[in-house]
Amino acid sequence: MDLKDKLVSSFLAFENRVDVDAYVHDVRTDAIKIFEEKGFPSKKDEAWKYTSLNSVLKHDYSLFPKQEDALEYRDVKKYFIHEIDSYKIVFIDGKYSSHLSQTTHDGIDVCLMSAALSKPKYQLVIENYFNKIASKDSLTSLNTAFSSEGAFIHIPKNKVVEKPIQIVHFSSGNEAATMLQPRNLIVVDENSHVQIIERHQSLTDNPVLTNCVTEVFANKRAIVDYYKIQNDNLTASLIDNTFINQKRESVASVHTFSFGGKLTRNNLNFFQNGERIDSTLKGVTIIGDKQHVDHNTLVHHIEPNCESHQDYKGIFDDSAVGVFNGKVIVEKEAQKTNAFQANNNILISDKATINTKPQLEIFADDVKCSHGCTIGQLDESAMFYMRSRGIPEKEAKGLLMYAFSNNVLSSVKIPEIKQRITKLIANKLGVNIGFDL
Amino acid sequence: MSKYTEDDLREELKTKEYEYGFYTDIESETFPVGLNEDIVRAISLKKEEPEWMTEWRIEAFRIWQGMTEPEWANVRYEKPDFQAISYYSAPNKKPKYDSIDEVDPELLATFAKLGISLDEQKKLAGVAMDVVVDSVSVATTFKKTLAEQGIIFCSISEAIKEHPELVKKYIGTVVPKTDNFYAALNSAVFSDGSFCYIPKGVRCPMELSTYFRINQAGTGQFERTLVIADQGSYVSYLEGCTAPSRDENQLHAAVVELIALDNAEIKYSTVQNWFPGNAEGKGGVYNFVTKRGLCETNAKISWTQVETGSAVTWKYPSCVLKGDNSVGEFYSIAVTNNYQQADTGTKMIHLGKNTKSTIISKGISAGKSQNSYRGLVQIASRAENARNFSQCDSLLMGNECGAHTFPYIEAKNKTAQIEHEATTSKIGEDQIFYCNQRGIDTEKAIALIVNGFSKEVLNKLPMEFAVEAQKLLEISLEGSVG
Repeated sequence: MDLKDKLVSSFLAFENRVDVDAYVHDVRTDAIKIFEEKGFPSKKDEAWKYTSLNSVLKHDYSLFPKQEDALEYRDVKKYFIHEIDSYKIVFIDGKYSSHLSQTTHDGIDVCLMSAALSKPKYQLVIENYFNKIASKDSLTSLNTAFSSEGAFIHIPKNKVVEKPIQIVHFSSGNEAATMLQPRNLIVVDENSHVQIIERHQSLTDNPVLTNCVTEVFANKRAIVDYYKIQNDNLTASLIDNTFINQKRESVASVHTFSFGGKLTRNNLNFFQNGERIDSTLKGVTIIGDKQHVDHNTLVHHIEPNCESHQDYKGIFDDSAVGVFNGKVIVEKEAQKTNAFQANNNILISDKATINTKPQLEIFADDVKCSHGCTIGQLDESAMFYMRSRGIPEKEAKGLLMYAFSNNVLSSVKIPEIKQRITKLIANKLGVNIGFDL
Repeated sequence: MSKYTEDDLREELKTKEYEYGFYTDIESETFPVGLNEDIVRAISLKKEEPEWMTEWRIEAFRIWQGMTEPEWANVRYEKPDFQAISYYSAPNKKPKYDSIDEVDPELLATFAKLGISLDEQKKLAGVAMDVVVDSVSVATTFKKTLAEQGIIFCSISEAIKEHPELVKKYIGTVVPKTDNFYAALNSAVFSDGSFCYIPKGVRCPMELSTYFRINQAGTGQFERTLVIADQGSYVSYLEGCTAPSRDENQLHAAVVELIALDNAEIKYSTVQNWFPGNAEGKGGVYNFVTKRGLCETNAKISWTQVETGSAVTWKYPSCVLKGDNSVGEFYSIAVTNNYQQADTGTKMIHLGKNTKSTIISKGISAGKSQNSYRGLVQIASRAENARNFSQCDSLLMGNECGAHTFPYIEAKNKTAQIEHEATTSKIGEDQIFYCNQRGIDTEKAIALIVNGFSKEVLNKLPMEFAVEAQKLLEISLEGSVG
């Protein structure tokens, strides 16, 4: 039985097991129908032209893994940004781990999707926001059908959340192969400000497939900073679907750092439903081996006077494959839009591949839209300059590549993350860059 | 003079009718509508083709039957009914004219209206013309001069008869029968086209040119062009098109194959001004063309196109850079107005070492039109030191039109250097103001800016064509501007 049939047939059993109100039940039932009809995407779909899921889907995944062994904090400490105080929502094999987490209901809600789905006091929020902007494509629908657990964050009006929120999904590897489908909902009301760090981590070499959906609502003048750290091991694959709905004068940014994993697909969608919105999408990808990272971004400019900035850098070694598909749509009402998109790549091996498709669809005339895309090598004269001053080749390369990805880091607002990423980049490039930030 | 605004311009564009919309009544010999193997055989028989060609067509037809019409392009149109088209139409009163005087006078009048009187062209421009009206070549000039140099320039049907070894060797090598739906269709039913062969080391002394016209109502046009530049030769080839007004949609599915052998250079320029449909988007030509060139070692192929006509355009002149050090170029201006839709661009396939390609594409959309650039730059794993530069600029006039870019970039070699840039803008108020301030009225200012925007591409056209191209830009976009 292939994975699709397995998923569809286990839906009924799943649906009977969880206790939910009628609203979400209908949403889920509709979603499984969409998935059943469409199935997994193949290379024939334009959006999946360069990414094949075949190698990922062949495993016999366990859909509802057994209850986890408790993890000790000291064993997994390194996967957290532990230098700073933060709220934490931690899951092990899709189940909430209370002793690793630190949630709150004090003024703000930093808690669980399962709680939000079942408790009457959240019913209104769920009905207003749940599955409202997630697209109806097959993988998102699949997640919707099985959505039961994940992070639920609701920041009411005029709150500045004083510390970042970390969402970490561990996979223990208790099963031979595990499929996880976390579902996150983040609602940030007027004038509020929140910073979120998300990470998916597999702890063993057993294959894991994570199909994650996150919906973010940034209401009037809200500020949302989202950081995604992807440094999983070589048997873990991630399909990350993020949908961000922005209301007027809100500012949202997503930074994606992809350094690991077997196959990583980031579907990042911004919808600008209001005037004077600012959206930032940035990413650094440094991979080797047979890794595959695919960034698929969409910025939909619907109303006038908005801005969007996209900047993705990639360094590809060994037989790695990098894909960037960035789409900017400017509707005809969206006059005075300023949309910028850049994608720069370096190939350092003969077997590495880059496929990039920066796409613009513009229906308004008074706009400034530009995209740039380069594929190249390290500057030889810069290399020579450094080597003639006694810097070894490896270090010089590292420095150049660090500099290459630096302007993505410059907009990271949490210094500890910047430091961590700098270290990760240095590690990845196999050099010790002797300076701190 | 009262203030001329962009709105005025838009108004003018709406009402500007197609100037070349007329219909010449020439008695044509037309096949019954529909397509089956018998029709394919009949076309082949009609053209007095050898057995291998007939078989080649039949094979293409069988392949075509198994294919479906592509839908990935960013255009929307009513699909043509392939069984409602007549696949062969030739001007009557054949065959072969020895001198221009014998040509049907009505036909000559048509050419005069287009401003391409053969006599004049012959004397003034020094251009050899292989004039194609409804698929059959009626006059070939300067053949003698060319023949002295060993250059073969004739219709493809003539080439099939007289130079079968060349045609057999090269036809379908760059655009195989299986390539796509329209290429397969063309391979099965192509009625005529041009053939050109430049021998080793010969530099073609004049610009070769062909004019296409679609004339007979309900006639699909399936041109086939094959240009072969042997080692170390050079040729510049011009292709220009205008078509009369007609209400029903006409289909044009041409195939152009260029072969540049070692050290050869081919420059292929197109000006396309087929009937774009009227202001309501009714009628117009469907232009589904497959154009591709193959570059051997040190060879160079350069495509230049000015696309102003057709209701729907679907065209990607491409270069396969197979040989080391080969060069591919693509310069394009695509103008769409009213309800026109264009999905055009190029493919640069880098296979050899040190290959270079340049893509400059300018899109201008006005009215309710949609203009897309779709391009592919592919660097194969063995293409060391490949270099590509792409630039796609779009100019929007009004907020009912759309500009789209779909650049695909695939790199499999670490030494590749690829740059891609795209911008979208409108004519800036400050630019107009600057001109106004210096005493240039808005009308002239817009003309100036549009011209400047397209200059990079216009410059690449041969002299004879540059003038005509500017004229076409005026007609399709500028109204009375300039």
